[in-house]
Amino acid sequence: MNERKIGGVILSVQNISLAFGGVKALTDISFDVREHEVRAIIGPNGAGKSSMLNVINGVYRAQQGQITYRGQVRKDMDTHQAAEQGMARTFQNIALFKGMTVLDNVMTGRNLKMKSNFLMQALWWGPAQREEMEQRRKAEEIIDFLEIQRIRKTPVSRLPYGLQKRVELARALAAEPKVLLLDEPMAGMNVEEKQDMCRFILSVNEQFGTTIVLIEHDMGVVMDISDRVVVLDYGKKIGDGTPDEVRNNQEVIDAYLGIAH
Amino acid sequence: MTAVESRGQTFARLLLEQARVRPDHPALRHKSLGIWQTWTWRQVADEARAFAAGLLAAGVVRGQAVAIVGRNRPRLYFAMLGAQAIGAIPVPMHDDESANEIVPMLERTGVAFAFAENQEQVDKLLEVRKALPALTRIVYLNSRGLHRYEQPGLMSCEAMLEAGAPRLASVDAEIAAGKADDVAVVLHTSGTTGEAKIGRLTHGALARAAASIASIEGLTEHEEVLAHLPLAWVKQHLVCHAQWLICGFTVNCPESADTVATDLRDIGPTYHITSPRDLESLLKQVTLRMEDASGLKRALYLYFMAVAARVGDHLLEGDPVPLADRLAYQLGNWLVYSPLKDALGMTRIRVAHVAGEAVGTELFALYRSLGINLKQVYGATEAAGVICVQRSHSISADSVGQPIEGVELRLSESSELMVRGPTLALDVADAEGWFHTGDAAQIAADGSVRIIDRKADLIALSGQASFSPKLIESRLRFTTFIKEAVVFGDGRASVVALINIDYDSVRDWAERRELSYSGYAELAALPETVALLGDAIAQVNAALATDPALTGAQVRRFAILHKELDPDDLELTRTHKLRRGQIARKYALLVEAMHAGRREQHVDIEVQFEDGRIGALPATLLIHDARLASTSDRAGFTTARGRRAGSVRSIE
Repeated sequence: MNERKIGGVILSVQNISLAFGGVKALTDISFDVREHEVRAIIGPNGAGKSSMLNVINGVYRAQQGQITYRGQVRKDMDTHQAAEQGMARTFQNIALFKGMTVLDNVMTGRNLKMKSNFLMQALWWGPAQREEMEQRRKAEEIIDFLEIQRIRKTPVSRLPYGLQKRVELARALAAEPKVLLLDEPMAGMNVEEKQDMCRFILSVNEQFGTTIVLIEHDMGVVMDISDRVVVLDYGKKIGDGTPDEVRNNQEVIDAYLGIAH
Repeated sequence: MTAVESRGQTFARLLLEQARVRPDHPALRHKSLGIWQTWTWRQVADEARAFAAGLLAAGVVRGQAVAIVGRNRPRLYFAMLGAQAIGAIPVPMHDDESANEIVPMLERTGVAFAFAENQEQVDKLLEVRKALPALTRIVYLNSRGLHRYEQPGLMSCEAMLEAGAPRLASVDAEIAAGKADDVAVVLHTSGTTGEAKIGRLTHGALARAAASIASIEGLTEHEEVLAHLPLAWVKQHLVCHAQWLICGFTVNCPESADTVATDLRDIGPTYHITSPRDLESLLKQVTLRMEDASGLKRALYLYFMAVAARVGDHLLEGDPVPLADRLAYQLGNWLVYSPLKDALGMTRIRVAHVAGEAVGTELFALYRSLGINLKQVYGATEAAGVICVQRSHSISADSVGQPIEGVELRLSESSELMVRGPTLALDVADAEGWFHTGDAAQIAADGSVRIIDRKADLIALSGQASFSPKLIESRLRFTTFIKEAVVFGDGRASVVALINIDYDSVRDWAERRELSYSGYAELAALPETVALLGDAIAQVNAALATDPALTGAQVRRFAILHKELDPDDLELTRTHKLRRGQIARKYALLVEAMHAGRREQHVDIEVQFEDGRIGALPATLLIHDARLASTSDRAGFTTARGRRAGSVRSIE
């Protein structure tokens, strides 16, 4: 994996602080993400991992600090802007359209790529028809990539949890993102499902060169697939480095073993 | 004209002939990115030439073996044809075999060049290469995940084709130089009784067997066939390669291994090859789904399935049937059989061959009763996949029909079936030209053959005539909740059985009763599950009791295994047949305890994990007594024309 060409910094967060009323979710967090790398954010429950991800793609607005994404410095992101600039994400609690089929869910991920307007699509005429065929082909490529052909026409609500997670990844991939944010992609999965998901995350990273920022609970998994790891605890950064460095960091060990603060 | 003349031809020349006779007829389809892609005969011929040129450029020469590792994919078909075009010999391998399993086969055939479908297969071949340095070239078809591989001799299919372009002109001369008695393909036997043996089949032998079936079944270029079985299986090769090239019909490659059911419905094959296992699992799915149907639907299903069991086969065979029954069957056709066949993707089937193993009487009768023209085929890898086939209008469940044209049969003193004829593989026959099948058989006056079982597998209870364990096992598997059964008893006083639950159906059943369990092993050991399977076995015993030859062979004791029998653990072959010897060795302690009448036995079963590690799966298994039936207890079963017509299973 180290042979992969890791580029310059694509995303960096500087001195981010976020509070909900009096509760400090994040305090003065800074780290960067390089192009084509797998970057993990780990930490015990309530450490502020999801908040961090939400700040990155604009769901939350940080009170302090700034984000530099693809050379542009901004105070905070806007979700739509983030998507347009090549950022896609999945959610800790699956956020799919439950009544729709897998294929339709993946197609919604193509939404930003469609150019024809509502009326043309409704009439399914000329360019709109060609466009939809092109979009469908792209969606099918992702379905093939993630090996979910069998459930293409199955409504999402009828799928087991592990597969729903995979469908969510498919939808995120459908947007052809530069940076993919994964919020606990392996939570609640059994060992086999976790292995599959690891394999898919790594092949996305290899095949498409997608930069991946992932939050994960399972230390073993994180250490296996990440290039660099940020460790948060109580909203503060307590470690940052390669898996080996992080593993030997006393503060991280303490946080995970539950030494009193 | 339907089929092209195949005598004296090679498969490469037959391909050119098809491309000449019907250039624009669809030859091959593959569902890719959700859409069926089509290659015409002309396109297939062009692709095969390009692959042949690539092989020439890579230095492959006439007579050399070329491994083909993967599932049914058009490019593997082109690779196979390309190899044959230049006189090289394709050696198809099962895609799910481990590196260790394929080494002996590749070593014996001297493979130096291999086609691999994808990364998984490339990894396997690279592993193989450690033991087999002669394997210098590996060409992969799908490059996903392989970008960073830099091993010597590894190249993409595109690179091979590009390098071959200058040699394209010399391909046709190579094709012309082929001879019908050259080896066309090397296939391996499934290895139920030991290590897999190889069958080196010539163009002539395969073409003879394929043409013979084609004329018996009246196959034309309009057949649609789904290529869903492993490439390395002889029957698949016979149909989707030899017959394909002779008849010029369309072969369809499924999208992936787990979309076969959908693809079957998409295509609606007219000529279908299947195995008893496939038929069993399809039927179990139907039974499961009927559980969810409304009361009215279930009642209709049960009623009309009983009608079908009574008259369906007679109608299919053209026997006289009373008018009332005809009308009832027609009504059933509208309400039940047609929708059911549609769901199974079997609406358009003209003829379906079930091969690979003996098919259970009840199972066979059930499919035929729906109006599906199912026929048994008996074959062997060493005899080009087919020795006998059932002929229309003389079909009975316990015979495999008559030999195909040109094939002679004989029984040895020990009732072993022996075969002689032009379809045999090289070097498998004795001095007088007979191939010993290893199967015990009977030949009736009309020439039809009844296969009893592998000679080595026959069970003789102490002091009784011998019988085939398959007779009992297929009955057990036919019940909804049993996936696998292995019976033992040779030289003992009674029969005992190891049982695998059918996970899907038992899980479904347990869910309805709100039974809780944490996994396969726990579900298999629930007292409720034991009772459920005890009932199923008692039913089978009752049926056995009606047969004077088998009444002594009722299952006396059974144990439910804590793991599924698995090809990776060498308990089944890759085509999912039992490897009885292996199972007997592995479970010897348990079987011994069952015969001895103990109540439980601790076992440590060796298993192989998906990543190749070996581990042990310890468990203390309970041994249960099965309920036996007396000979007079007929339990509502009646026999008709030698098969059990009353065997439509009630739901539960």
